[in-house]
Amino acid sequence: MSAIAPLAAPPTAYDAARVRRDFPILSQTVNGRPLVYLDSAASGQRPLPVLRAVERYETHCHANVHRGVHALSQAATEAFEGARERVRRFINASSSREIVFVRGTTEAINLVAQSFGRTRLGRGDEILITALEHHANIVPWQMLCEQAGCTLKVAPIDRRGELEYDRLLELLSPRTRLVAVAHVSNALGTVLPVKRIVDAAHARGAAVLIDGAQAIPHSRIDVHELGCDFYAFSGHKLYGPTGIGVLYGREELLAAMPPWQGGGDMIRTVSFEKTTYNDLPWKFEAGTPNISGAVGLAAAMDYVESLGVEAIAAHEQRLLRLASDEVNRIPGIEIIGTAAHKASVLSFTMQGCHPHDLGTILDAEGVAIRTGHHCAMPVMTFFDIPATARASFGCYNTEGDIEALVTALGKAREVFG
Amino acid sequence: MDLKELYRDVILDHNRQPRNFGPLVPSDAHAEGHNPLCGDRLTVWLRMNGDRIEDIRFEGKGCAISTASASMMTEAVKGKDKAAVMALYDTVHALLTRQDAVADASLGKLAALSGVREFPARVKCASLCWHTLGAALQRSADPVSTE
Repeated sequence: MSAIAPLAAPPTAYDAARVRRDFPILSQTVNGRPLVYLDSAASGQRPLPVLRAVERYETHCHANVHRGVHALSQAATEAFEGARERVRRFINASSSREIVFVRGTTEAINLVAQSFGRTRLGRGDEILITALEHHANIVPWQMLCEQAGCTLKVAPIDRRGELEYDRLLELLSPRTRLVAVAHVSNALGTVLPVKRIVDAAHARGAAVLIDGAQAIPHSRIDVHELGCDFYAFSGHKLYGPTGIGVLYGREELLAAMPPWQGGGDMIRTVSFEKTTYNDLPWKFEAGTPNISGAVGLAAAMDYVESLGVEAIAAHEQRLLRLASDEVNRIPGIEIIGTAAHKASVLSFTMQGCHPHDLGTILDAEGVAIRTGHHCAMPVMTFFDIPATARASFGCYNTEGDIEALVTALGKAREVFG
Repeated sequence: MDLKELYRDVILDHNRQPRNFGPLVPSDAHAEGHNPLCGDRLTVWLRMNGDRIEDIRFEGKGCAISTASASMMTEAVKGKDKAAVMALYDTVHALLTRQDAVADASLGKLAALSGVREFPARVKCASLCWHTLGAALQRSADPVSTE
């Protein structure tokens, strides 16, 4: 299974300091301190190879895709379709027809809700999600429920932030048409047993969408092995550009789904009497796409594979363990999300110091963390807290970054007594 | 960027021990303020004597800046009439947002909020209570208010 297993230290040392030098943005100072970027779960930074690939495309290849016979249009089309094939290989899809370029995870989920959902679900049907979902995997289904008259069911989590898997099984009913779950929780770091969920849902005839936004930078994703029907992710969490993301869908399902948005590029013929649609995947890509974004995403995949996805994951797991141990030692800190199986997210609260005050104090020390509800308000409600502070780790973070975090948290403890 | 300018002792004190905290019973009007971006919530209750705030209390969950700002606000506006409250709000707003604003003597303790303008992301924390007070005052004047 392609979940994120805590790995033992590999025999060859992972050189995070060298990786860090590939990311020009990280070499600056913030508020007079060297930047310590611990917000990769919100957005990863871009390495030079991604920046250069985008620049090369913009300075040598750009024109519109699928539209012209001139040299640049062909170069742009090749770059764009080449990126699609790169994505296919990265997640081991069977065909590039299964790779739909979208703006990001949010758009991918909305596409499935509006296209698959509106044609497959009706009154009395059920969609099953979990209590740790990001708003992007809640709201599109609520909108669908209003439109189609179906019902949203929510599988609970426990105090550690683990999915109550048995309850999820109980909630899988003959009316469940779709199960939509995060692979990794953005607010808690919990890794969900997605392969088991896929198997259980399929056994009951329900399709499965996996929100992979937080999993894609930390694990090798093999959609074939997972057997999921849809897998959604964003480029910018994987050290690629913003505004580009991917919806993987099983070809058989995508082929039967109606287009979501209408316009140029998604059609074969248009007349006022009848319009016929393009083949997969272009049927779902109305309008001029984010071509340079796709090129940058492909370069990001090359970069991540050059470091080794498993090597990155192992490094992040070491940082997560170190940070959890160190932060736990600070008086008044409570870690929110203590699942046995976590990706590199450390959410916490500090007694007597609101997360926003914590965020400001850390920022003054050059340490960038996320504070707030992390677009997962139901998770905050479950833990009865307004917000958390969240440090998250990427391929470029070092043990020094953890030290800086701990020192800055000590400062906050001083200010707030 | 000096944290001591933001987290002055008076602010930390009002955060730890907010004044006029908890519901006001009976009240003539109340309003709820919510900052959806950060999740801060607070409620302001008013008891009016004509145009004058006779008593005011608040309750809420928020950061130190939002809690202290609300606490100091309740102290500052108690006994003032609406025109004086609005004038004070204008002075506070200028203090929070304008680099050249000089802390006016009329501000009293509220002058401690002058450090907030160096932290633009936190201005909304300090101003939430004032917007909520404005909404409560409007309700107290609303003839169709059921309160």
